[in-house]
Amino acid sequence: MHPGAGYLLTIAVISGATLAYEVLLLRLFSMIQWHHFAFMIISLALLGYGVSGVFLALARQGVSRYFPAVIMTNLLLLALAMPLCFLLAQSLPFNPAELLWDPWQLVYWLVVYLILAVPFFFAANIIGLSLYQFRQGIPTLYASDLLGAALGSVGIIALLFSISVEQILLLLPCLVLLAGLLLVSQSSLWAGRHKLGWQMTLLVTAAAMLFLLPPSLQLNVSSYKSMSQMLTVPKTGVLQRESSPLGVLSVVESSQVPLRYAPGLSILSDAELPEQLAVFTDAEAMTAISRFDGDFEKLGFLGQTSSALPYQLKRIEDVLVLEAGAGSDVLQALMFEAAAIDAVEENPQMIDLIQDDYAEFAGELYSLPQVNVHQSEARAFASKAERQYDLITMSFLSAAGVGGLYSMSENYLFTVEAMRDYFQHLKPGGYISITQQTTLPPRVMPKLIATVSTALKSLGRTPSQNLILIRSWQTTTLLVKNGAVSDQEISRLKQFSQQYNFDLAYYPGISADEVNRYHQLQQPYFYQAATALLSAQSGKFIDDYKFNIQPATDNQPYFSQFFKWETLPEILSLLDAGSLFLLESGYLLLLAALIQALVASLLLLLLPLWLWRRRRRDREKAQPLHKRVLAYFFALGLAFLFVEIAFIQKFVLILHHPVYAVTTVIAGFLLAAGTGSYLFGRIRHIHPQHQVLAAVLLMIILSVVYMSSYGTISAFLLAQSDLLRYLFAILMILPLGFCMGLPFPAAMSMLGREHDEMIPWAWGINGFASVISPILATLIAMEFGFRVLLSVALVLYLLAVWLFPADSASRQSV
Amino acid sequence: MTLSYLRRSLVFLLLIAISALSLSPGIAQENFEQQREALIEEVAEDLRRSEAILEPTELDPRVLRAMKTVPRHEYVPEKHKHQAYRNRPLPIGYGQTISQPAIVALMTNLLELEPSDKVLEIGTGSGYQAAVLAELVDQVFSIEIVPELAERAARDLKRTGYNNVTTRQGDGYYGWEEQAPFDAIIVTAAADHIPPRLLKQLKPGGRMVIPVGSRFMVQHLVLVKKTEDSDILTEQLLPVQFVPLTGEH
Repeated sequence: MHPGAGYLLTIAVISGATLAYEVLLLRLFSMIQWHHFAFMIISLALLGYGVSGVFLALARQGVSRYFPAVIMTNLLLLALAMPLCFLLAQSLPFNPAELLWDPWQLVYWLVVYLILAVPFFFAANIIGLSLYQFRQGIPTLYASDLLGAALGSVGIIALLFSISVEQILLLLPCLVLLAGLLLVSQSSLWAGRHKLGWQMTLLVTAAAMLFLLPPSLQLNVSSYKSMSQMLTVPKTGVLQRESSPLGVLSVVESSQVPLRYAPGLSILSDAELPEQLAVFTDAEAMTAISRFDGDFEKLGFLGQTSSALPYQLKRIEDVLVLEAGAGSDVLQALMFEAAAIDAVEENPQMIDLIQDDYAEFAGELYSLPQVNVHQSEARAFASKAERQYDLITMSFLSAAGVGGLYSMSENYLFTVEAMRDYFQHLKPGGYISITQQTTLPPRVMPKLIATVSTALKSLGRTPSQNLILIRSWQTTTLLVKNGAVSDQEISRLKQFSQQYNFDLAYYPGISADEVNRYHQLQQPYFYQAATALLSAQSGKFIDDYKFNIQPATDNQPYFSQFFKWETLPEILSLLDAGSLFLLESGYLLLLAALIQALVASLLLLLLPLWLWRRRRRDREKAQPLHKRVLAYFFALGLAFLFVEIAFIQKFVLILHHPVYAVTTVIAGFLLAAGTGSYLFGRIRHIHPQHQVLAAVLLMIILSVVYMSSYGTISAFLLAQSDLLRYLFAILMILPLGFCMGLPFPAAMSMLGREHDEMIPWAWGINGFASVISPILATLIAMEFGFRVLLSVALVLYLLAVWLFPADSASRQSV
Repeated sequence: MTLSYLRRSLVFLLLIAISALSLSPGIAQENFEQQREALIEEVAEDLRRSEAILEPTELDPRVLRAMKTVPRHEYVPEKHKHQAYRNRPLPIGYGQTISQPAIVALMTNLLELEPSDKVLEIGTGSGYQAAVLAELVDQVFSIEIVPELAERAARDLKRTGYNNVTTRQGDGYYGWEEQAPFDAIIVTAAADHIPPRLLKQLKPGGRMVIPVGSRFMVQHLVLVKKTEDSDILTEQLLPVQFVPLTGEH
């Protein structure tokens, strides 16, 4: 039996809506909790797919008998579960910060996983059961599943830009219900009284949802996030909220107690701060818009921060401000009379806030003749810029974003290659200035120095002659000069530091008695690190350091990964005294997620499988095949996402804008794989195993070509216009994705012919593998880089060719 | 028969769980003093063992005594009372916490207080830190920005007999001009810069302590010292002894 066009459309809508829901959950949990926990929660919730496979495997005969009713029930439950499970999960008092002390938090955590797995379970039931029911049409069904997901990945980005997250949470279930309504209305599977009954149920559910849910769709933001804490101050409120895939921006005003945001301000400063509005991203990562009326006297504090250093050393004309945000670095440049300022900000809504909504408050900052605002990712702009600058400046003063739990996210701003890009855009004598919030014991700055030093050496420079490092009580500013630091600069540096109690930590020729004077550390750690890292012994220093301060590269762009296994025992021995902050737990959380996923998969998969095998009839039927099927679909599930993730990383660098790049790559892969699956269904004269072999060989050839000539390809693509770049990227992805779309339906069709009882198992195993895959991929990329990740994926595909679950007759013929 | 046995066992287990939950605070109530003694001894021992930022290497006996005297459970919300004597921060509502006893001990120790000192606290929170200070000095002034917390802390401090703590709801940025200067200032919430007025209200020779980090995890402590010549110096201190460098360089 083949599914009709209407059925395929419903599958596509469900698949698209579910993928959109997954992205939406990630956004919602990043807002109410923290990004890293959001990542873990959503990864684990996908276990719902695996559980569905097991459920269908055990109950397939029963559910298959009542196929139309089961499909509609699942569809209805999916629609209901989408908003309700989120509301339920966010109402639990889960607070990750208390995990160490409160065992109940572990229970809440587990319950959050379970609740959020529910919608994915229903969605997977629909698709998995359809694959089983329409086994002759597996390639077409799988194609519509993938194509729907491709549409979902693009659609959710468009939605996140245009409507609020709460509205999307209502829209997605309505889409699912609509798809159900269309299906019931036009398919012959539902007839007579049943048809009317289902139509009424779907309509009533949609109406009930639209009328009853909106008031309860309040985001329950953790009270420990910075924004929640600010909102406890009397007469403080949110003025505006803008949502996009890059995060929810909230502008907050405090009318009774003025906001005073001046990180890195000298301890000697007595400057009054101007009126300010806070801007939060995902209720965290605060920055501020300062009132500016053209009078620089009122912005005096900007001259008293450690980031003002470059302006003290010489006259600065051309400035490039990366990650300009709400514009305080731009204001600083204006205050020091820079003639031309290029301000680069990735988030268009942040630019709109300053350029439109609060333009008057910010003194038309982004419309001033000296200021050119560019909406772009910072690294992309820096690598493409045609001008050269006296100063390229970046400030990362928000506590979020660097180190600790963020270690699992890639960061292309602080890699050896990025530093080379910035350096090459400096005029002779120009500076790169990077200001960071100080972490103790030092790890961000030492790693940055190691990264900069490697970049400069590769350009034939002598880093020990080009660097200056100062620190305030809470910030550290690193200056990298295109040229040797002069005596005059050193004398101005000393004067500035003395005037504002900034500590000297490094300049060419610094002596030990000049450091650690105003803001004393137990040892002059920053001086020690800088001098060691700029000496011939840098390698030994990096090896001996208790944190990972290896330079980050584009192949391993995990700047914030500071974790070292060797240090773990020492930290654990100090746990009672409060050493947890040393743990750099992002890496460990990722590992914890992997272990959770593995344990859950084993429990949820192997236990039922064991029970199933005990049933004699099935054992006799499937014994020779089941291990092969398990291994084949597990390898496929891992490999598909490994390749996708490796290519996302490579293309993000070429396509620049992370959101668009990731969406393009994912949609490209899904689209191509869907087409591959569809065409596989049409080619009947070639044996499936041969097709899989050919596809895998082609994938290997393509991957090797792409990886070995990555430099040439990226140089070529970077020279093209935005449109052409995206077009070429898609063209590169299509053949690869096409090949990746074959192995799944090929083996499924084989099973469909002779071992249909294995179909739900294969579906479930694939589901479990897709939970483990992204976590494992990140760990492999962190440890070994993306090239190794891709190689592992290709080996897994080769393994899959070998494991192809053909029956004995076909294997004899192969 | 199996079913009814199962049901009976479940009911029994449920009863045990309910009684354990409802009893535990009651049991704890009687032992609060013992628990406090044990906790503070443990904190002191941990700090000694990890060679944290103590100079000399032990907690000041007066601080130790103060910590052993102040009933922390009186400053903890009802539902967390049974956890009052664990070395952990606890939520007190409004996104705030009552600090971890080890951190309270460290911060108080860093102030090197004399009985005649006048101390200003920015961020009353639960009132617990103010109570510890009140055990050590004659006068404590404390400002809290969140009205509900300010009100609750004032009530709890009065109830527990700390009449030498004067509280106020308001903005701590400008300190407490009428009562200035202070021998010591303690800022219990992380700040992105040190308010200049606070430094002005610190006596020459005075000390100020600021924790840096999140509500549940202090990353490091900043000790601000105003010299007799009114120069300002800071010390950045880790709560545990941890040297990032090893070997010789």
